[in-house]
Amino acid sequence: MEIKQTALAGTLESSDVQITLSKGQGINIDLNSSVEELYGKQIKKVITDTLAKYEITDANVKVVDKGALDCVIKARMMAVIQRALGTADQPNWEVL
Amino acid sequence: MRKVNTLKNSVGREISDEILEQTGYKPFETTKIGHPEVTYTDHKVRVTKGDDKLVDSLEKVIKDNLKDGMTISFHHHFRNGDFVFNMVMDKIIKMGYKDLTLAPSSLTGIMNDKVIEGIKAGTITNITSSGMRGELGEAISHGLLKNPVIFRSHGNRARSIENGNIKIDVAFLGVPNSDRMGNANGMEGESAFGSLGYALVDAKYANKVVLVTDTIVDYPNTPASINQTQVDYVVKVDKVGDPDRIGGGATRFTKDPKELKIAKTVSDVIVSSPYFKQDFSFQTGTGGASLAVTRFLRQAMLDQGITASFTCGGTTSPIVELLEEGLVKKVMDVQDFDKGAASSMKSNPGQAEIDGSWYADPDNKGAMVDQLDVAILSALELDTDFNVNVLTGSNGEIRGAVGGHQDAGTAKMTIISTPLTRGRIATIVPKVNSVTTPGSSIDVVVTEVGVAVNPARQDLIECFKKHPSINLMTIEELQERAEKIVGKPEKIEYTDRTVALVEYRDGTLIDEIKQVKD
Repeated sequence: MEIKQTALAGTLESSDVQITLSKGQGINIDLNSSVEELYGKQIKKVITDTLAKYEITDANVKVVDKGALDCVIKARMMAVIQRALGTADQPNWEVL
Repeated sequence: MRKVNTLKNSVGREISDEILEQTGYKPFETTKIGHPEVTYTDHKVRVTKGDDKLVDSLEKVIKDNLKDGMTISFHHHFRNGDFVFNMVMDKIIKMGYKDLTLAPSSLTGIMNDKVIEGIKAGTITNITSSGMRGELGEAISHGLLKNPVIFRSHGNRARSIENGNIKIDVAFLGVPNSDRMGNANGMEGESAFGSLGYALVDAKYANKVVLVTDTIVDYPNTPASINQTQVDYVVKVDKVGDPDRIGGGATRFTKDPKELKIAKTVSDVIVSSPYFKQDFSFQTGTGGASLAVTRFLRQAMLDQGITASFTCGGTTSPIVELLEEGLVKKVMDVQDFDKGAASSMKSNPGQAEIDGSWYADPDNKGAMVDQLDVAILSALELDTDFNVNVLTGSNGEIRGAVGGHQDAGTAKMTIISTPLTRGRIATIVPKVNSVTTPGSSIDVVVTEVGVAVNPARQDLIECFKKHPSINLMTIEELQERAEKIVGKPEKIEYTDRTVALVEYRDGTLIDEIKQVKD
């Protein structure tokens, strides 16, 4: 799937994550997390896994994480992806 | 990486042979103090009739009394409103002093920049403290100071000053009032902070005692927590502190349902325990949850017509309210955490000032903590052996203080009150980053999902089983529950260089904190 527009999901509140998704070549993740030393790899895995489910191969992902749990990261990823694809009104339930 | 030979102490922490050889420390073995015979150190007294005490030049006092390599001390009762530490340290650094040992009762955030400056200038080469936070803790954890910092509890600091492990050459003690001879207290004046507890030990044992104050009152000044027989100089300066930042206003009663659940459960645990009876004693900490415990406990005391003989440790407004209501007979006050508690000391005869030794020193003829029934403490992390870490954060950096944790841990029932997780950080973990208080001191762990009792306390388990409101779980169950929510974190990487040593309250080595890999 191809990204149509830059989109944003999430907030900078504690235990949330703010994700910006924009066009790119290949997958580039720019991660800034308050728990990076402990969960950096896991956060990136949730992001790449979710992108893969939507079959997105080219994207720049900017992530500002404030200690969000995996389920929150996944939810924010789904929101930002569907906004970027212009399909926000048709949630892709299969990804769940 | 070079090979480091280590041995494991009784809480399973690896202590390197090199450190043991260099420092002469013994590894931690047991929380039992026994009845050793100890010798208190002597200290010098420059005899005076006192007419030369009042001076207005801090530089001259420093120049006449301080030499390279000496040990200087401060207290942290002004908390984040402290002007004295930065004022004195700034002059000492500018005057070019080298190789000083800094031995304050603790380091608050406002002191951080000046300590870092002092280390970089070579003025400070050794530090012993209760704790450190923020940029200083971070810098130390990344190797700023060559010699390891020594962390000591409040009780152990008193002990170490008495036995000469901390030999204070010059104590710079800020006070909100003093007369020209050095009779001073912490209760009056614009920058009043209440109890002078931790500073009283310095005043008693330092070779030179320099009071720094902005308010000179008529002679003789009473009550004199520090008195003229102990003081060499009284330095008059413009301002010793910022009253608005010394103690925050009264902490708001928490509305967080998680904190309330924890607080209610802590109160239930206390009330269900055999210790909740007429004339029991307790110590609480600060923070929203702790204040909520006090409120729930108050209600239980009223309901059952039970009053407490004393509370001790750091004092807060809700504790003073219990005193004023007659629910607590005495507040044995070593420091005050908020304005209400600080200002009530002068009007409440039941709020008694005690020094650091009286409060918690293991090597005297009896400390308040030895008489405590119940202590409610917090934790950054606690592991399945009940060992507690209050010093290092989840990324391995120093960001806390021993405070009275190890000391109050000697209570008959020590309760750790903590949420199961904080954000994505688990509080109950398989192994803590560093051990501050050994698991054998900890009896009960209260979280929002359940209560775990140390298996060594079968008596308490039997007792709590009879109370259906207490959801008993094992510590392993709590740990697994936490991990299920937040996931399994990666391991923090350390170098083999030691940046801090954590003493147990008896002066043995309970842990070694390593430099965090960049």
